[in-house]
Amino acid sequence: MHEYSIIQALVARVESEARARGASSVERVRVALGELSGVEPDLLVSAYEVFRERTVCHGATLEIRTVPAAWVCPACGGALARGVVLRCPSCNLPARLASGDEILLEQIEMEVA
Amino acid sequence: MCESCGCGDSELVPVELQERILSGNERRACHNREHFEEAGVLAINLMGSPGSGKTAVLEATARARSGLKIGAMSGDLATDRDAFRLRAAGIPAVSITTGSACHLDAELVHRALHDLDWRGLDLLAVENVGNLVCPAVYDLGQAENVVVLSVTEGEDKPLKYPVMFRKADLVLITKIDLLPHLPGVRMDALLDNLARVMPDPRAIPLSAVTGEGLPLWLNWLEERHHARVALGTNTDWHGLPRTDSARP
Repeated sequence: MHEYSIIQALVARVESEARARGASSVERVRVALGELSGVEPDLLVSAYEVFRERTVCHGATLEIRTVPAAWVCPACGGALARGVVLRCPSCNLPARLASGDEILLEQIEMEVA
Repeated sequence: MCESCGCGDSELVPVELQERILSGNERRACHNREHFEEAGVLAINLMGSPGSGKTAVLEATARARSGLKIGAMSGDLATDRDAFRLRAAGIPAVSITTGSACHLDAELVHRALHDLDWRGLDLLAVENVGNLVCPAVYDLGQAENVVVLSVTEGEDKPLKYPVMFRKADLVLITKIDLLPHLPGVRMDALLDNLARVMPDPRAIPLSAVTGEGLPLWLNWLEERHHARVALGTNTDWHGLPRTDSARP
């Protein structure tokens, strides 16, 4: 379960940002997870619940924005349907993943005095 | 301080970041990659389920005496067995014992580099922890991702684990000597499933027991190693034309 190591990196990053900005508390953390990121939102939440105690995130809500996988043709830009062979039917080129592999820290909402 | 009235109350501030959470690992992976490229070493990240045949493939590769100088590091939760088997097959190998960690990361690989005389190698095989999920998330600094999938795991594994197979540069379909005993596993269905999760699917069916398919795998390694040496420090060579011999 690699979600713990992701939460560890996330909390460390939030802590350094909160310290740099002199925040008194962190209220909300928003992350984006792609469908093909290899990270399970539910497992990430469980890992967060365990890990956040005694960190700057102890009172912060974790918000997860999930991003569906989008495969497109690198030449014509056409979108591929879900579950098909990943090759553009018109151009016969391997498709490119336009989005859906994100593991991003998007936004932190913090209380600044 | 609240800026609207100057009351001294604290204020809720949204800070936009849009940062990759694993950027720390990615930085360390870049560092490893620079080392490998400078030394002309082809580093591969060998991934697959426990029991898929990762160590057996490396043993067969070591015993084939291809002319490539091969070394390995093996990730294992608790034992030194895989590295021991590889040393017995005649190649230098160190183990990375991860304890409870389900994957290798770039830092673990970097530390293990200090225990292996890797600079004179042509090929460094990093055998990841047996797991079809977590290792796919962590860049180690490898040039190529090779996924080992045994036919006994069933033809639908690519559809169930798309993240792992999407990242594969090559899939080794192992234990094909067992196919006659597996009426429910069809090679054409397995290859079709791979094409639904890998945009440029490449696979080599092989058996480490009979040696079938092994020459194709060795050719692939030699080709990738030559490309590595020819390009020197020019990095991204994933876009080079690939041979048809290994295309499913």
